[in-house]
Amino acid sequence: MSTTTNTNGGHTKSGHTAGIFDIRNIIGGLLGIYGVILTLLGVFADPQEDKTGGVNANLWAGIALLVAGAIFIAWAKLRPVVVPDEVEHEDEPAHMDAH
Amino acid sequence: MAGSGITVLATDTLINATAADYLMLVIYFGFVVGIGLMAGRQVSGSLDFFLSGRSMPAWVTGLAFISANLGAVEIMGMSASGAEFGIPTVHYFWIGAIPAMLFLGVVMMPFYYGSKVRSVPEFMLRRFGPGAHLVNSLSFAIAQLLIAGINLYLLGSIVHAMLGWPLWVALIVAAAVVLSYITLGGLKAAIYNEVLQFFVIVAALLPLTLLGLHKVGGWNGLKDQLTAAAGKGGAAPAAEQLNSWPGQALSGIDSSVLSVVGIVFGLGFVLSFGYWTTNFVEVQRAMASDSISSARKTPIIGAFPKMFIPFITILPGMLAAVLVTEIAKVKAGGTVPGGSSGSGVTYNDSLLLLMRDLLPNGLLGLAIAGLLAAFMAGMAANISAFNTVLSYDLVGDYLVKGRDDAYYLRVGRIATVGATVIAIFTAGLAANFSNIMTYLQTLFGFFNAPLFATFILGMFWKRMSATAGWVGLVSGTLSAVAVAFLSQDAFGSLSTGTIPVGGQGAAFLAASTAFVVDLVLSVVVSLVTKPKPAAELKGLVYSETPREDLVDAHEASYPWYRRTLPLAGVALVMVIALNAAF
Repeated sequence: MSTTTNTNGGHTKSGHTAGIFDIRNIIGGLLGIYGVILTLLGVFADPQEDKTGGVNANLWAGIALLVAGAIFIAWAKLRPVVVPDEVEHEDEPAHMDAH
Repeated sequence: MAGSGITVLATDTLINATAADYLMLVIYFGFVVGIGLMAGRQVSGSLDFFLSGRSMPAWVTGLAFISANLGAVEIMGMSASGAEFGIPTVHYFWIGAIPAMLFLGVVMMPFYYGSKVRSVPEFMLRRFGPGAHLVNSLSFAIAQLLIAGINLYLLGSIVHAMLGWPLWVALIVAAAVVLSYITLGGLKAAIYNEVLQFFVIVAALLPLTLLGLHKVGGWNGLKDQLTAAAGKGGAAPAAEQLNSWPGQALSGIDSSVLSVVGIVFGLGFVLSFGYWTTNFVEVQRAMASDSISSARKTPIIGAFPKMFIPFITILPGMLAAVLVTEIAKVKAGGTVPGGSSGSGVTYNDSLLLLMRDLLPNGLLGLAIAGLLAAFMAGMAANISAFNTVLSYDLVGDYLVKGRDDAYYLRVGRIATVGATVIAIFTAGLAANFSNIMTYLQTLFGFFNAPLFATFILGMFWKRMSATAGWVGLVSGTLSAVAVAFLSQDAFGSLSTGTIPVGGQGAAFLAASTAFVVDLVLSVVVSLVTKPKPAAELKGLVYSETPREDLVDAHEASYPWYRRTLPLAGVALVMVIALNAAF
């Protein structure tokens, strides 16, 4: 996972990307897993349309969640957080630029 | 005390969950504990544990900022209020939150972040000395324990409603989960979980709202059905439920002019500024950010999602009032046995019952996960703010001074366990109050309204003395308690009814009184006591702080959408437009 990435408006820092520990990957992962489950339920399980008023709610929510999850993972991929390799001292906090 | 829920039989659950729903829950809990473990591996010192090393980007702290508040009060309280009063409940957001959040980011945050204090009470200590500091730290710590208990109670009542577990078993299990991830990962785990929770709660409530609207025939269908049911059995007339102003039913004030004054001054100014600008639960999220610019943007970025939360909390409440037969019956003045408390359906059950009626299994599990997430995050926020204040401000400054960092980290972890145990007992206390909103607002009135007066005066008037600091706080808080006792029902049957104001109006009045009393006494006392030397006020008082210490030098080079003031301006325009539209 050790790469050199330029994220901070010009100056290059040496370090590795946060990878799976990036909060955006965690959010994307959870929403994606939920999306898969709901989509499968929407396709294979009883849509219970008496409750929802004739909409296959699981299917639609599942697809929306898959899209949302993919956006987060793509964001993290395109703009990775770089974690400095050296351990920084407490009163000089590491600057994580995730914009 | 908490026993009222135990009478419901285990087989008689409010919601019928299936394996698919449990799967959604298990996945969520796996993520929560995983985040605790992951964040825990990176905690190396007390600053890491309490302020997450001041390393968070602004969008993370901004979402955590509103998620910390998106707990039981917001979701159950606001949907309950939406079911009962309708649209006027939006005042809690557009009047009662956004202006104060913008003010915090623009005006006050530079002092908090720039002075490098580790907590809001520590700012009190540096500005006013030990008197005001002790009052603030103690009242804050006690309030957090109470509110953590309320969050825990609602968490427990959902588990009870869903699984049929006795309330006390649900309370202990829920508390154990919260405890595990905060003791492992500290504030970082709390903040990461808050951000995750934000997305889960949106994923849960948005489909619910859309399905509800679909079923009722859109916005016009909702209006028609609300109008048909309005005015019966004590429900407010349709016009009052469908327009935000003047909001008499919400404020409990009969006169429409006084109602507007009460909402703008009592809720919009005193209560909300007191809550959002001095409450360490909120400010702590901004203190964890990576720069003064991010700290200032934290509440401002939070303001954008915050202004749309009414559409997924209040609107489902209103939908429940027409779609759920039990809630419609309660609104028409009837009583329905059962409910999550076991002692009858209340407005607090609106959201749960709407979920039961509308969501297919699967989505139902996601919705329950969202609610549990919100209450856990709310409680975790209370506890992580509590343990910081206890370790740094109470133990570190008064009881055991000058020990090494590892000692205070250990105190923080022990405090977390202690706070969780106490929260289980305060949850029992919360079970005795029917309208959770009133109870909370009353508390905030006591603690936060005088705080805002003291802070704002102390930040901009260098003459204000140390004595004035604590005298203002104590007298303000006591005057709020006095007003609450004299009102009709702020303390339930304990109130005497001498002042003819009840409901939310009593909370507004108590807070406003506290604010005015604090302000007047602080000025009077300052004029007869010795001010602090100007040299000690650098970074704490506006006139004594160099301008460049209050802004981020890099910020001028950012594009407009990453700068504090333009963002705040956009938020302000949007919230004014929303107020005009409803």
